[in-house]
Amino acid sequence: MNRYPIWKFVLIGTVFIIGLLYTIPNFFGESPAVQISPAKTSLKVDDSLLRKVEDTLKLANIPFDGLFMDASGVKVRFANTDTQLLAKDKLVGNLGKDYTVALNLVPQTPNWLQSIGAKPMYLGLDLRGGVHFLLQVDMKAALDKAAESTVGDFRMSLRKEKINYYGIERQGQVVVIKFESEAEATKARNLLAKDFSDLTYKIAGSDKDFNLTASMSVMAQKRIQEFALKQNLQTLHNRINELGVAEPIVQQQGLDRIVVQLPGVQDTAKAKEILGRTATLEIRMVDEEKSDMATLQKAQAGQVPFGDELFADREGRPVLVKKSVVLTGDRITDAGPGVNGQNGSSVVNVTLDGRGAGIFKNVTRENVGKRMAILLIEKGSTEVITAPVINEEIGGGRVQISGMANAQEATDISLLLRAGALAAPMEIIEERTVGPSMGEENIKRGVHSTLWGFAAIAVMMIVYYMVFGGVSVMALGVNLLLLVAILSMLQATLTLPGLAAIALALGMAIDANVLINERIREELRNGNTPQASIHAGYDRAFDTILDSNVTTLIAGLALFMFGTGPIKGFAVVHVLGIMTSMFSAVLVSRALVNLLYGYRRKIEHLRIG
Amino acid sequence: MELFRIKKDIPFMSYGRLTTSISLITFVLAIFFLLHRGLNYGVDFTGGTVMEVHYPAAANIEQIRQVMDGVGLKDVTVQNFGSSQDVLIRLPVKKELSIAQLSEKISSALKAADAGAEIRRVESVGSQVGEELYENGALALLLVCAGIMGYLALRFEWRFAVAAIIANMHDVIIILGFFAFFQWEFNLTVLAAILAVLGYSVNESVVVFDRVRENFKKMRKASAVQVIDNAITRTMSRTIITHMMTQTMVCSMLFFGGETLHNFSLALTIGILFGIYSSVLVACPIAMWLGVSRANLIGDTEKKPKEDEAAVAP
Repeated sequence: MNRYPIWKFVLIGTVFIIGLLYTIPNFFGESPAVQISPAKTSLKVDDSLLRKVEDTLKLANIPFDGLFMDASGVKVRFANTDTQLLAKDKLVGNLGKDYTVALNLVPQTPNWLQSIGAKPMYLGLDLRGGVHFLLQVDMKAALDKAAESTVGDFRMSLRKEKINYYGIERQGQVVVIKFESEAEATKARNLLAKDFSDLTYKIAGSDKDFNLTASMSVMAQKRIQEFALKQNLQTLHNRINELGVAEPIVQQQGLDRIVVQLPGVQDTAKAKEILGRTATLEIRMVDEEKSDMATLQKAQAGQVPFGDELFADREGRPVLVKKSVVLTGDRITDAGPGVNGQNGSSVVNVTLDGRGAGIFKNVTRENVGKRMAILLIEKGSTEVITAPVINEEIGGGRVQISGMANAQEATDISLLLRAGALAAPMEIIEERTVGPSMGEENIKRGVHSTLWGFAAIAVMMIVYYMVFGGVSVMALGVNLLLLVAILSMLQATLTLPGLAAIALALGMAIDANVLINERIREELRNGNTPQASIHAGYDRAFDTILDSNVTTLIAGLALFMFGTGPIKGFAVVHVLGIMTSMFSAVLVSRALVNLLYGYRRKIEHLRIG
Repeated sequence: MELFRIKKDIPFMSYGRLTTSISLITFVLAIFFLLHRGLNYGVDFTGGTVMEVHYPAAANIEQIRQVMDGVGLKDVTVQNFGSSQDVLIRLPVKKELSIAQLSEKISSALKAADAGAEIRRVESVGSQVGEELYENGALALLLVCAGIMGYLALRFEWRFAVAAIIANMHDVIIILGFFAFFQWEFNLTVLAAILAVLGYSVNESVVVFDRVRENFKKMRKASAVQVIDNAITRTMSRTIITHMMTQTMVCSMLFFGGETLHNFSLALTIGILFGIYSSVLVACPIAMWLGVSRANLIGDTEKKPKEDEAAVAP
């Protein structure tokens, strides 16, 4: 009656071994490493980078323990921090500004464990140290900006069709155009409604004063807000790459917020400065009159002609560009990769707003046959992305930038163009900084709490319930093992409250075993045989255990739904702890008891205290 | 070893009046302190800035205050915590300074005054974040109550559900009362502790109610009072042992967990201690007064469990 079928033992054994495998990585610790990742989105992580890093280190005679590549970049492992720092300096010098070289810690998990995806738990900022920012995107500003550019677009269209109006302005997020006659207003409405279909138009007024109001539909507003958030996320991503942070997190939170987490960063001032900075795009004319070889060589030697600036293009060739700016990146409303219809080459399609389109049209008309340079000002340095020849006048605000090497480059550059600037201003509404020593101390606190608590419970259980107490403690140990294994597998962020939740989960999980043991004692007291008592004890206690776990689960889920940050971490561990305790307290402890007593013919008495 | 070998049932229900009045008094006191003193909310809720600064030698609190005054920051509290080298600086949300500027201003001023100052932790929260937390906290509490009541009503009976939730809300209010009385800081982790303890204490009621239901089946001639007394007595050993174990773990957190987990474990401790009492001695009388009976728990269709009756009959 107290025997498990073989499959149950096999199941428990398998779960135990898997749990053990995924828990092990947490004991290996971490070794110093250097992480090399591309600073610009247009650069890719590939084998050539890997070789370059390897060659650099070999040339400099710096010993390293491991070299590998993942999605974010190349990582090199070192025996100690001295070689790590040495290698970092060498790599920074050799790879230049195109790559960020960051100090990092890499888990020392053996390769065979890594190959099955076993990793140590992912530690939150309060355990590893770093900065956390919560940024609020100013959506009103994003909408205002959109309305403002609509004003420009309207002006252009109305002028083109020669419709007379005597005033146009933005009132909040509504554009108001003033007309002298209703006929003219209606004509304008028909025109604008065709060109800008996501706005809602209304004509009001009398006599010689008619107002045409255009307001954004809810859908359009939503789209603008989503676009603003996406662009800000992208911009932040790009900027944080400059900081040289090993594993940054940039995530959307809710509809209008962005979380930025920078593990290991202590210099919050620098971090804030970079988050708040603007990278820009400029379109300027190439000074064709002075672009002969002689002048270029002189310019490279330091004699730049008056009114010009010298930049290098992507291949490193010098380009003399006029100082006056034709257009800035603010005028770009969208950019995306595409294919040239005529020769099939990759291009970037850029859409300009109304005013930008007007300027662009005039400039291209006057400069056919000349080159136009598109400059990206990033990290305080300027690069000519491309300098195509103007073939004809380009109107309508849709610009095709040719000269892309391939589709990938087209995608990367359109990303850069889009992500150059913030779509809407942002404000830091939450800042949390944890020093590295504090992080280590927090880990120590959490681990000590759990271990001492566990030890105390183990002693008390064994003293009070003897053999059955021992079984309960083993089940509790399995519970801890499984919980750590699942957390490692899921790579859920472990915070200090999460560590507290592990301790608490153990303290609460023991309830199930106390219930079972008490029930067995009671059955014995009622004069049942030992075997029958074990059976009845487990059977009867199960309903109660289930009920009480469900109520705890409800609390855990509510915490998960409404909690943020550290509380969510607590909730995740709490809920997982309940699940694993069901398995260990019921199945595992029963299996152990069955092994101990189930196969004996005759039992004098149960050692249950 | 066995601590609780109780031969006869303890007549808990006859103490009903006493236990209820004890509850009522603590409850009213808790409410009074909550209204009178209010909770001492942490920056999570109120917004503002907290900084933990570590000095190589004992910190000069007076000097730090002067530094703060020097850069024009008012309403700053500076206090030691943990050791004489560790200082906690708190200040409320400033309208004219953004969060980013504020923390920068303080840290540069502190470093200028004493180069050895190590800023170990900064927490700056804008007021809008705090307001949302109130809402989410209240929503979470409501959801937990509704979920637990729904489950208990389904699994047992509405009378039990109401009794259990009243008993446990009474715990929550008492924990809050303690936090108000001692002016301990109420932050997000404390809220998490309260919700966790709510789920945990309900276990208590569930265990007793389970036994009550079982007893109604077995003890066919006994009155509701006898049934409940027997259920509480039989589960008492488990209740106390379990709580002792959980409390052991919580004590471990209280001793080793440091500042962050201190108030968390305090909330848990109060919750666990009052949980034992209320989930048994408050929930059961309420369930009884609401009129729990054999009929509404088991229904008429159940069969006679013969052998069990023989085994348990007192």
